[in-house]
Amino acid sequence: MKRLASILVLLSGVFLLSMRPPSPSSYLIGDKAEDFNLQSTDGVMVSLASYPDVKGYLVVFTCNHCPYSQLYEQRIINLHKKFAPLGVPVVAINPNSPEIVPEDSFDNMKKRAEEKRYPFNYLQDREQAVYQKFGATRTPHVFLLDKDLYVRYIGAIDDNAEAPNLVKKRYVEDAVAALLNDDYPDVEFTRAIGCTIKKKMVAK
Amino acid sequence: MMRFNLYSDFLACFFILCTPVMVEAQKADFAVYDSFAQLEARISSERAPVLVVNFWATWCKPCVEELPYFEALQRKYKSRKVKVILVSLDFKSQQDKRLRPFLEERKMISEVVLLADQDADEWIPRINENWDGAIPVTLVFNRRKHKKGFHKDQFDNYCDLECYIKQFL
Repeated sequence: MKRLASILVLLSGVFLLSMRPPSPSSYLIGDKAEDFNLQSTDGVMVSLASYPDVKGYLVVFTCNHCPYSQLYEQRIINLHKKFAPLGVPVVAINPNSPEIVPEDSFDNMKKRAEEKRYPFNYLQDREQAVYQKFGATRTPHVFLLDKDLYVRYIGAIDDNAEAPNLVKKRYVEDAVAALLNDDYPDVEFTRAIGCTIKKKMVAK
Repeated sequence: MMRFNLYSDFLACFFILCTPVMVEAQKADFAVYDSFAQLEARISSERAPVLVVNFWATWCKPCVEELPYFEALQRKYKSRKVKVILVSLDFKSQQDKRLRPFLEERKMISEVVLLADQDADEWIPRINENWDGAIPVTLVFNRRKHKKGFHKDQFDNYCDLECYIKQFL
């Protein structure tokens, strides 16, 4: 009887493990990200390996049309200005299909990057493979990688999209500060409201 | 003199206390919740047996596309006590510029509330552990039958929504 009970406990344990909720992101903290090669609004192909002497990368999935991306645009520029000189540049990737959102076409990306003078590379995920590999689900969605491409932080930039002056928790800044300190961030995963990534319909 | 002061104090108090209430009452056709706890309180105070809570925003294209399905659902099931609450995640600063005109133009019949709690990482997992914040998402509760559902992403058409909700009736 005792043995049966222990088997049942064991089985239920296995069952519970298999019931673990699916991860909201394909890359988890500590996973090694795969490098990519995407076209930037400058016309050149950019991969993470093409950045010389970096300590990490702030890969930011963002876009033209999403109001949340627009609210965070200046903060993304500021992050690059603050951290690129310290070795952690922003690498912005637009994951949206221009077939679904014309505002996110490559020409419109170029226009936006010029108008707002993006100091970072703004890349187009034309095949929509990179965002899926990362497991990005919304814009903006940040992945902090160390120099060996291991994921250190996934989530939001901070805790107040609407009012930058009311921000209390600067998740990304804290995570980059930890990275630069050879340390790991206290908060390594956050959730945030954002626009869904617009995926091109594939004929079934 | 003393009496006059008292009187003017009373008047001042009257205006300070009542003006915001009066202004609010004239304008409000949706409640504004600055804290997630207020939304929780609203949800737990609902007496309809089946409650459908949809998270959306005027700036979210797939959300706006599926709104008519929720309106149709509310219309069809009103007598059978399905209650739809549309939780807008629009920006509070744009409530008069974006949300109100949007609702007025569409003459919405479902209850709309504006959730303006910015600390999303705090409240999103309280809706569902598997939700990371992309909208639309929809919650369904049937308290009597202890059934609860969470639907990520957009419903393709009215039928899709209705079939999903029917499991909880």
